[in-house]
Amino acid sequence: MMGFTPVGSTLGGLVLGVAISLLILFDGRIAGISGIVGRSFGARGAELSWRLSFLGGLVGGGLLWRLVSPGVFGAASSAGLVTMAIGGFLVGVGTTLGNGCTSGHGLCGISRLSPRSIVATLVFVATGILTVTVTRGRL
Amino acid sequence: MSNGTKKNALAAICGLLFALGLGLGGMTNPLKVQAFLDVLGKWDPSLMFVMGGGIVVGFWAFRAAKRRDHPFWGGDFGWPRSTHIDAQLLAGAAIFGVGWGLTGYCPGPALVALGAGRIGPVVAVSSMVLGMLATQAVIRRRGRTTSVAAARVT
Repeated sequence: MMGFTPVGSTLGGLVLGVAISLLILFDGRIAGISGIVGRSFGARGAELSWRLSFLGGLVGGGLLWRLVSPGVFGAASSAGLVTMAIGGFLVGVGTTLGNGCTSGHGLCGISRLSPRSIVATLVFVATGILTVTVTRGRL
Repeated sequence: MSNGTKKNALAAICGLLFALGLGLGGMTNPLKVQAFLDVLGKWDPSLMFVMGGGIVVGFWAFRAAKRRDHPFWGGDFGWPRSTHIDAQLLAGAAIFGVGWGLTGYCPGPALVALGAGRIGPVVAVSSMVLGMLATQAVIRRRGRTTSVAAARVT
């Protein structure tokens, strides 16, 4: 799966587009993953059950990928466990402060042309690029 | 099927489709995501095609949704309340980007990768949840002190 994959990636994107479209049109929900996770805590009733259902589908999809094509998870780990812990924590802090991630701001927010989401996406892509550029010693 | 069951089934199908799309698009491979962010290295622009594919479909759906008063299955649209670009949004997005670059995982792919049965995604997701809960607690406390201060002023 390494190297440029324009066809597969466009196809994958179209499937993501179908998923966010079904959720907004039928049930009025925005498929922002960080919000779905973060707002599960303290939620009750229908507000909790749709979130758990979505997350079940998401993780269940991962289990299916493992059975069908485990290569999609990549050949090697991208980072050591300490980096995973620090980076994961920053993802949690940042998406909570900024109210969204690649799906909520990037996919849904840009789809509805929200200036707030467009700015957020530009910022996290920029600091993501900066981080990889520095940690890989490109400068 | 009750309305609630129907909505939960839809959410589960959308979650499953989301995992399918991320895998097809190559986004469940954190090294590929990092390769998109590695513009001065061996740059892989694939992530832009994933976003493009998603937005091309999503644009029409959100346009149709904005013109409606209610979703097809009733209830209300959960449109985000905040519309202004403030320091908290910018700081949050900046911090998220650093974590994304370090791990190669944003929240969606990290959750799908839990299915891989590897330790890395488990650590990333647990720390992410910890970061979310800690930040929620800080925001709640700051909100309380701010409203107390506001009450004192008035």
